[in-house]
Amino acid sequence: MNLKIVVLAKQVPDTRNVGKDAMKADGTINRAALPAIFNPEDLNALEQALRLKDQYPGSTVTILTMGPGRAADIIREGLFRGADNGYLLTDRAFAGADTLATSYALATAIRKIKDFDIIIGGRQAIDGDTAQVGPQVAEKLGLPQITYAEEILGINNGRITVKRHIDGGVETVEGPLPIVITVNGSAAPCRPRNAKLVQKYKHAKTVTEKQQGNLDYTELYNKRDYLNLVEWSVTDVNGDTAQCGLSGSPTKVKTIQNIVFQAKESKTLPAADREIEDLIVELLANHTIG
Amino acid sequence: MNNLFVYCEIEEGNVADVSLELLTKGRSLANQLNCQLEAIAAGTGLEDIDKQIIPYGVDRLHIFDAPGLYPYTSLPHASILINLFKEEQPQICLMGATVIGRDLGPRVSSALTSGLTADCTALEIGDHEDKKENKVYKNLLYQIRPAFGGNIVATIVNPEHRPQMATVREGVMKKQILSPDYKGEIIRHEAGKYVNDTDFVVKVIERHVEKAQNNLKGAPIIVAGGYGVGSKENFQLLFDLAKILNAEVGASRAAVDAGFIEHDRQIGQTGITVRPKLYIACGISGQIQHIAGMQESSMIISINNDPNAPINAIADYVINGTVEDVIPKMIKYYKQNSK
Repeated sequence: MNLKIVVLAKQVPDTRNVGKDAMKADGTINRAALPAIFNPEDLNALEQALRLKDQYPGSTVTILTMGPGRAADIIREGLFRGADNGYLLTDRAFAGADTLATSYALATAIRKIKDFDIIIGGRQAIDGDTAQVGPQVAEKLGLPQITYAEEILGINNGRITVKRHIDGGVETVEGPLPIVITVNGSAAPCRPRNAKLVQKYKHAKTVTEKQQGNLDYTELYNKRDYLNLVEWSVTDVNGDTAQCGLSGSPTKVKTIQNIVFQAKESKTLPAADREIEDLIVELLANHTIG
Repeated sequence: MNNLFVYCEIEEGNVADVSLELLTKGRSLANQLNCQLEAIAAGTGLEDIDKQIIPYGVDRLHIFDAPGLYPYTSLPHASILINLFKEEQPQICLMGATVIGRDLGPRVSSALTSGLTADCTALEIGDHEDKKENKVYKNLLYQIRPAFGGNIVATIVNPEHRPQMATVREGVMKKQILSPDYKGEIIRHEAGKYVNDTDFVVKVIERHVEKAQNNLKGAPIIVAGGYGVGSKENFQLLFDLAKILNAEVGASRAAVDAGFIEHDRQIGQTGITVRPKLYIACGISGQIQHIAGMQESSMIISINNDPNAPINAIADYVINGTVEDVIPKMIKYYKQNSK
């Protein structure tokens, strides 16, 4: 069985390690202070895809990402870990997209890829934590979905069995291919980069990157086609610009506020016996405890 | 038409707390909007489900009771909502930010091309002025949620598209029965008119749900530990204190990630939201994500040897010391003075 697997991956700012300089004085995000990383749960999804490829040799794993030019890093990272190829969906028309416009754009690109059995991605991205794009892509493509996956258990007669997390427990579900699956962060971690693959793909570049580099390796890139990363614009995927980016987004951000907690007037005590006893007695007296 | 809808999650015949919380919130928003509150219950064996739902002030309850609708799978429930909403044209739809709500909501919003905001921490009604279009929208749903890892709070609106959809985590809103005798209309729909046979392609083969191991949500006193507790062994001190105070033990994400304590005790944005009368924060520095889940506690005591820990700013009492030093003293003086 040769499976065609498309991994949806996003380049995100690392919101987990937000330092003091992450917010500017005016309350906006200082993106420069946050490194751009491979969305963690998308790596869990990539691992599930690579395991299927290990199990069914001849299967292909394709990375699909949407973002600015530098998001080509995501495709290279995928190639270094075992993916076969990738597409970068990049166009100014995609900018400012909410989840609905994002899933529209991804769905058009997946239709262009055309031949696929499994679309798999992380449950959610750490810059938004919405978990919406997976199910929305599934709906746009008219496919069933399995979200919150922990592990793909197997494929038999065109049906895939998946263990998934539910509130307060786990369940095992089975659905037909093609299907959309989203993977939890608690699933198996992604394998590291493979040194040989890093050697093979480190010069993989998009057309734009080659132009920016201003170096002429035309011959090399002609000879080694796998080093040419494909960039798709909105026209390439026959996208309707009205449904993309800001104009295709029903949700609008009205205001953004920096979080400020109301500071209370607090009483500070040393960790001495007398003060602690006084506090306990006070709490007992006003029935907070006891 | 144009009412406020709440999707009710049902597990083994019981409506989930988060859905009841949303009914309470939905009732007050509906009053503000001068519209009706409607609820949807889809499952199997729902003969008496109205008794759990109507008392929250539900004016119309839509019941879809058919084999195959329980346990939940995405497509049949999505078809019910999509087709019902095409008929009813709700202005707002709320659901829990649970595994089910976060599986179902996006699918429905995509089919209806409506906006959906995940994990709201507050919902309000207000106007919105679009300066570019020079248009004013009256009575929109303000969907307020933390963003960017909890470092900012964004207010989201959906000016043009309906329904305005939002999910909310369990424990964020308060549930309250409006009246045990509330009179609401019960509409039993024929599920087959809304769901296609092809919607049942995904089958649940095995399912294992455990009841919550702790009662953090309802506990009046919580003793919570952070990374500063230092070890799994030191967490035992928190359990000792909790035991004599009849309290529950909670934790910050850092303590859970460090393996000091199990994940289901995590308090904060990605865990449980709590509002006890007393919250004792032990060795918790007070990241925004944690504070978001406990800031409504009536009284906060922070035990920390870092006088500059951010949590101290919202604490009523700060005890400047280590967990190993302070907690045994608290236990000792509680025992001495409580009788």
